[in-house]
Amino acid sequence: MSVLVFVPLSEGKATKSGLEAASYANAISGGSATAVVSGIIEGDGGIGTVGIGKVLQYSKALNDNSQLAKLVEAVSISEGASTVVFSANLEGGAVAPRVAVRIGAGYVPGVTGVPEGGNYPRNVFSGKAKASVSVGTDKTVVSVTPNAFGVKEVGGSATVEAFSAEVGEARLLIGEFTPASVDGSVPLPEAERVVSAGRGLKGPENWGIVEDLAKALNASTACSRPVGDMGWRPHHEHVGQTGVTIRPDLYIACGISGAIQHLAGVNQSKVIVVINTDPEAPFFKAADYGIVGDVFEVLPKLTEAIKLLS
Amino acid sequence: MALHHYLCTPNHRNLEYTIIPMKLLVCISKAPDTTSRIAFTDEDTRFDEGGVQFIVNPYDEWYALVRAIELVETEGGSVTTITVGDATCDSIIRKALAIGANDAVRINAEPEDSMQVAKLIADYASDKDFDIILCGKETIDHNSAAVPAMIAESLDLPFVAFATSINADGGTYNLTCEASGGTNKVTVNGAFVLSAAKGMSEQRIPNMRGIMSARTKPLQVVEAYADATTKVEKFSLPPAKGDCKIVDADNPAELVRLLREEAKII
Ligand SMILES: Cc1cc2nc3c(=O)[nH]c(=O)nc-3n(C[C@H](O)[C@H](O)[C@H](O)COP(=O)(O)OP(=O)(O)OC[C@H]3O[C@@H](n4cnc5c(N)ncnc54)[C@H](O)[C@@H]3O)c2cc1C
Ligand SMILES: Nc1ncnc2c1ncn2[C@@H]1O[C@H](COP(=O)(O)O)[C@@H](O)[C@H]1O
Repeated sequence: MSVLVFVPLSEGKATKSGLEAASYANAISGGSATAVVSGIIEGDGGIGTVGIGKVLQYSKALNDNSQLAKLVEAVSISEGASTVVFSANLEGGAVAPRVAVRIGAGYVPGVTGVPEGGNYPRNVFSGKAKASVSVGTDKTVVSVTPNAFGVKEVGGSATVEAFSAEVGEARLLIGEFTPASVDGSVPLPEAERVVSAGRGLKGPENWGIVEDLAKALNASTACSRPVGDMGWRPHHEHVGQTGVTIRPDLYIACGISGAIQHLAGVNQSKVIVVINTDPEAPFFKAADYGIVGDVFEVLPKLTEAIKLLS
Repeated sequence: MALHHYLCTPNHRNLEYTIIPMKLLVCISKAPDTTSRIAFTDEDTRFDEGGVQFIVNPYDEWYALVRAIELVETEGGSVTTITVGDATCDSIIRKALAIGANDAVRINAEPEDSMQVAKLIADYASDKDFDIILCGKETIDHNSAAVPAMIAESLDLPFVAFATSINADGGTYNLTCEASGGTNKVTVNGAFVLSAAKGMSEQRIPNMRGIMSARTKPLQVVEAYADATTKVEKFSLPPAKGDCKIVDADNPAELVRLLREEAKII
C-alpha cells in the first residue's frame, strides 16, 4: 500500500501530533510511507525517527487549507498514493476532508488504531461507542486522533527532497495569533496529563492548589463549563460536550460532579482520578481511582506526594 | 453602516445603491439528546433510535444558527436552514425556525456518510449565491468534523474551521478561530464556509411568537441522491469500566503509588 502522510511543522520540527500521524502511516504502509511538509525544515525535522525514509518539502509555509489541500493532492498524485494520512488536529482536520473531495477518496476522520480486517476503528458518540468503518473507494484519506496511536520511535533519518506544486492563491487572510495560555503549556487536546476542577473549588481565588498539582505533574489545567461561564477560568479551558474534547493519559477531576455533558469530553482519557466530597457523585462511576474527600485538604497533600517522586 | 454588498445602478446623475441583503445557509443536523442511552440494532450496524429524544445538534443550534440570526438582525437578510434527513428531522427543523430562521430546506435522503451529506448540500447551494454557509464544528453522534470542509471544497470556497466569532464589514468578514494553542484572526472576502465552535454566540430559547410563526414558515422538501464513500460495518460499546478503586483521603501517597505501579502512567 502506497501511503503519504502530511506532517505539520513547528519551528522546523515535526509537531508531536504530526509524528503520531507519521508513525501511523509507517505502520499501515509496512515501513514505506512518504511524508510531505510545507515550510522550513531543520534536517529531516525528526520525521526519520519514526521510520519514514523520504520527506517531500514544499518550501513555503502554507496555512490556507485550500492551498494545503492542493499541495497534498499534487504529492499524492506524483507518489501514486492510495492512502493519505493526517493528524486529526485543528490543521489536519480542515485539510483532510478537502483532499478527500479532490482525489475522490473515502474519508475516515479520527481513527484510533490501524485497520482490522480492512476496517478502520474510530470513536463515536463522544467516546461512548466505537465504530468500525469500511471505505468503498480505491483511495482513502484518514486522520489520526491525537494521543491515540502514540509516537513510535524506531530511529533513523529521512532524505529531504524539494517539491513544487501549483497551489493557487491564499483566500484566507490569517492574522494575529493570540496564545491561549501564557505559560506555554501544551494545548488541551494534545495534553498527556490534565488536572481539571469544577464548582467544588468555590471561587477563582482557590485555583492555586489546582495549578500547583498540575505543575508537579507537568499537566495542563482544565475546568467544567459553569466555571468557564462564571469567568472563574478562561473559556478555552472548558472541557466537555460543548467545550474541548480531550483524551489524555491521566485526567484528574477535582470538585466536578461528572454530569453526562462533562463526561462526553473526557471519558476517552486512559486513566481517570476523581476527588469529590460526595461519595455519590456520578463521576466515580466513570473513574479508575477515587478519593472521597475535600479538595482543599487532598490536593496539597497529593501535590507533595508527587513532588517526592522526582 | 456596514452595507453588505451592493450593485451600483446609475440613476440619472445620482448613484443609487441597491442593497442586496445577506443570504445565509445554516446546516442543521438531528442529534440524539446527550442523555440518550447509546445502543445499536440490525446486528450492531445502526443506532437504536427507540425511545431517543432528538435535538438540533448543539453546535449547529447554539453557535451557527444563533450567530447567523444575529448577523441578519444587524445587517439585513435571511437565514435558510438545510438538513439532510428523512421526515423525522422536521421537528428539529421547526425548532430552528422557531429560534428565528426564515425558511428551511430538507433534502430527503438518509444521511450515510460525510461525503454524501456534503455533496447533497453543496449541490443544493451551488446555484443560490449564499454569502456564508455556516455549519457546526461537528455532530455529537458521529464526531466527524468533516462535512463543512467537504462542502467548501465541493464549491471551491474558502473554509474557516472552528470559528469562535464573526463580524461582517461589507463583503468582508472578520473572524477569530481556534488554532493550536490559541486563536487566530482570519479575514475573508466574499462567499465562504465556516464551522462554528464555542464563543460564537449564546443559546437562544424560542419564545411563544417564534414557536407560533415557525408552523407557517416554509419547509421545502427536495429529492436528491449522492453516493456514500464509507460505511460503518459495526458499532460496539467499550468494555464497562472496572470498579473505581477508592483511596483513603488521608493517604494520597497511595494514589501516587497506584498511578505509578498499577496504572503505570506517572
Ligand atoms: C446541553 C448542555 C451542554 C453542557 N455542556 C457541558 C460541558 O461541555 N462541560 C461541562 O463541564 N458541563 C456541561 N454542561 C453542564 C453540566 O450539565 C453540569 O452542570 C456541569 O458539568 C457541572 O459542573 P461542576 O461539576 O463543576 O459543578 P457541580 O455539578 O455543582 O458539581 C460540583 C461538585 O463539587 C463537589 N464538591 C463541592 N465541594 C467540594 C470540596 N470542597 N471538595 C471536593 N469536592 C467538592 C460536589 O460534591 C459536586 O459533585 C452542559 C449542560 C447542558 C444542558
Ligand atoms: N445530515 C446533515 N444535515 C445537515 N447538516 C449536517 C448533516 N450532518 C452534518 N451536518 C453539518 O456538518 C457539521 C459537521 O458534521 P460532521 O462532519 O458530521 O461532524 C454539523 O455540525 C452540521 O452543521
